[in-house]
Amino acid sequence: MQSSIRTPYDRVVMAVPVTIPYVRYSVESAQWWIGRALKALVDGAGITPRDIDGFCVSSFTAGLDSGIGLTQHFGLCVRWIDTIPLGGASAIAALRRAARAVQAGDARIVACVAGDTNHVDSFRYTLENFSRFNQDAVYPYGAGGANASFALIARNYMRTFGAKREDFGKIAVAQRSNALRNPDALMKAPLTIERYMSARPIADPIHLFDCVMPCAGAEAFLVMGEDVAASLNLPAARILATIERHNAFGDDPVQVRGGWAVDVDELYAMAGVKPDDLDFVETYDDYPVISMMQFEDLGFCRKGEGPDFVRQHDLTIDGSFPHNTSGGQLSVGQAGAGGAYLGVVEALRQVLGQAGPTQVRDARVGLASGFGMINYDRGLASGAAILAGPGA
Amino acid sequence: MIEPIQKPRRKNPLQRTQLPTSPPRARSRASHGFTRAAAEGRFMLQHCGACGTFCYPARDACPACLSADLAFTDAPRRGTLLSETTLHIPADVHFRERAPWRIGLVAMECGPTLVTHLHADCEEGGPVVMSFQLDKSGQAVAFAHPERETPNMTDDRQWREMTADPKFRRVLVTNGRSIVGQEVVAALKTAGASIVFVGVAEPWKPFRGEDALRAMEGVEIVPLDIGDEKSVADLAADVGGKVDILVNTTEHVRAGGLLDRQGTSVVRDEIDQSYLGFVHLAQAFGSSMRMRGSDGVNSAAAWVNILSVYALANWPAFGAYSASQAACLSLSHCLRAELRSGGVKVVNVFTGPLDIEWFQTVPPPKVAPRAVASAIVSALKRGLEDVFVGDVAEEIRQRLAANPKAVERELGA
Repeated sequence: MQSSIRTPYDRVVMAVPVTIPYVRYSVESAQWWIGRALKALVDGAGITPRDIDGFCVSSFTAGLDSGIGLTQHFGLCVRWIDTIPLGGASAIAALRRAARAVQAGDARIVACVAGDTNHVDSFRYTLENFSRFNQDAVYPYGAGGANASFALIARNYMRTFGAKREDFGKIAVAQRSNALRNPDALMKAPLTIERYMSARPIADPIHLFDCVMPCAGAEAFLVMGEDVAASLNLPAARILATIERHNAFGDDPVQVRGGWAVDVDELYAMAGVKPDDLDFVETYDDYPVISMMQFEDLGFCRKGEGPDFVRQHDLTIDGSFPHNTSGGQLSVGQAGAGGAYLGVVEALRQVLGQAGPTQVRDARVGLASGFGMINYDRGLASGAAILAGPGA
Repeated sequence: MIEPIQKPRRKNPLQRTQLPTSPPRARSRASHGFTRAAAEGRFMLQHCGACGTFCYPARDACPACLSADLAFTDAPRRGTLLSETTLHIPADVHFRERAPWRIGLVAMECGPTLVTHLHADCEEGGPVVMSFQLDKSGQAVAFAHPERETPNMTDDRQWREMTADPKFRRVLVTNGRSIVGQEVVAALKTAGASIVFVGVAEPWKPFRGEDALRAMEGVEIVPLDIGDEKSVADLAADVGGKVDILVNTTEHVRAGGLLDRQGTSVVRDEIDQSYLGFVHLAQAFGSSMRMRGSDGVNSAAAWVNILSVYALANWPAFGAYSASQAACLSLSHCLRAELRSGGVKVVNVFTGPLDIEWFQTVPPPKVAPRAVASAIVSALKRGLEDVFVGDVAEEIRQRLAANPKAVERELGA
């Protein structure tokens, strides 16, 4: 294991995991959802909005508002602000930036929030206006969002490494069984491998249960000093290590790995733990194939061994490799940028022992990752964090 | 293997006409380099003048060295199909009604990776040859073809969306009296047009080539004097709903510019025939063509203008004629914009002096009418928008790109 020269996140903690339960469609605005999350943060922490002096927000559907407009909307007076448009990597990036701001004394309590609404036509609008490369060179092909892009990636991965649809199915089925224990999950019906296999094709080899359901919702957490958390009597989690990497492996003709693979050694070196030491893993799961790639790139098995790794493990809450314990985006729903936060917020709950019906027994150390921005032919943004609870 | 398309049966008038929808149209300004390439049937990519990298999608700086010197350059067309998918449930209305629709990821031998539409005979892992095409929105998209010719390959369903192939389409050729018109009719019949209506003004007056024209199967001579608004409207009332391709072969060539002519009667004739004739045709046929842009195998597909290349730069020896052609060129851009929502292409075929009697005094090289006809058919089959026929037209195109002022001085010498 290589040694890390990174400054540890000493005396910085995360607290107050917040999820505003999702709905498939909402007539409310993104601002409404972000507002509910902020309210839950201040209530959960026993503070007032004036105590928040750092604000970090991500949203696809807040229209013209970036973080600065939202400060006036919500009556926040902050001395540190960030708006993070990194899609599925937004939560890891938010955590990293907020933690350093707190550590440096630039802010005392940072509210990290992602919230999105989902009107009947807002998903299509998000697709149409996603990025310049997407507008120029993907959307005109009928791709309609990430489905086609991931179909091309998944098919290449299957052919190259021998993954079968059944292997992806095992990931989706395990997450559904986790989701059935999560009252906030939108998917309430059990999923069998037979049902997964016989689902209608969307873009070969992507079928219905490989896709997330766009929905409205919000997720949030607070980042603050250890002493501040103690003075507020808040259970808090330490940040053992983080990594972030964008536009990695640009020369790979088709994406078979994400940016995690560049920095994974540093992730574990900084955390001082090994992959085996983790009690659970929350990967970014907009499609099962991406979770499988993360098993490889985050060091649980070697490249190409993802399918075997899945075959050999039970990925449910009580299994040998508890994975996406809330049910993940595949079964809870994808609330826009909230999808980035889902795994991070669940990981925080797990290490704090606050996960209730989805709690992994004796969870002390866990990993959450992010992935996002299918700008053209691949996901560009990636990140991961290892969190530790009070008992670790 | 592609099953050959079948000749459409007569349409049931009670059935709904499928209305045209457009694939996504928005593009960055830089991306219109591909539109230009597709319009002329070229395969161009951005090529870095500093480090030689080919890149895609369109950028404003080189991803290898950050140089801004990224000219669109003719690029090698070969690549390998890395991965493919069939879209069953696309989000976009246009593709949803055309699903299943196949797209893929192609690694070009020259470097970049292209998301592309696929010809059905492209095989995963195999070699492909790329082109840029104008889709039904009029914007450029990448299209992958099999390396070698395959049976019935032009009948491929996705390819036909990119082209205006005359096969099983109904065509109106506006001037059957001209040699060019007659050659166009013959070429379109050979290309599989199901019927060609041929406009002839005052059809009781005999003309050269009439017998051959009347002897051709699937050719119907119709009365049409395009300088006469009522004549055009009358024909549209008869056949307007079944014109899938319109080829405007109007030809009104007179020598002379401004100072060697007395009065405006010749100029007015030129404008009446060429420019107002175009207006009459567009107003009579344009809207029903636009309405029928998605109407199955024999949907309305293209409007073709034959223009003098001197529409682009005035040739004073035929100065007033050049001006009438410039007016038609300008109007064609208006028509192109208005037909775009129907997915109907406007093809401009630019030609140098034709080998016809009105250019008697002009020295060679001149363009054979048959060459114009075959260029039109080729443009329709390949889905092109701007075509230059013959050496003179091609030379003017290149000289204009290099220095338009030099062209002006030299044509006026």
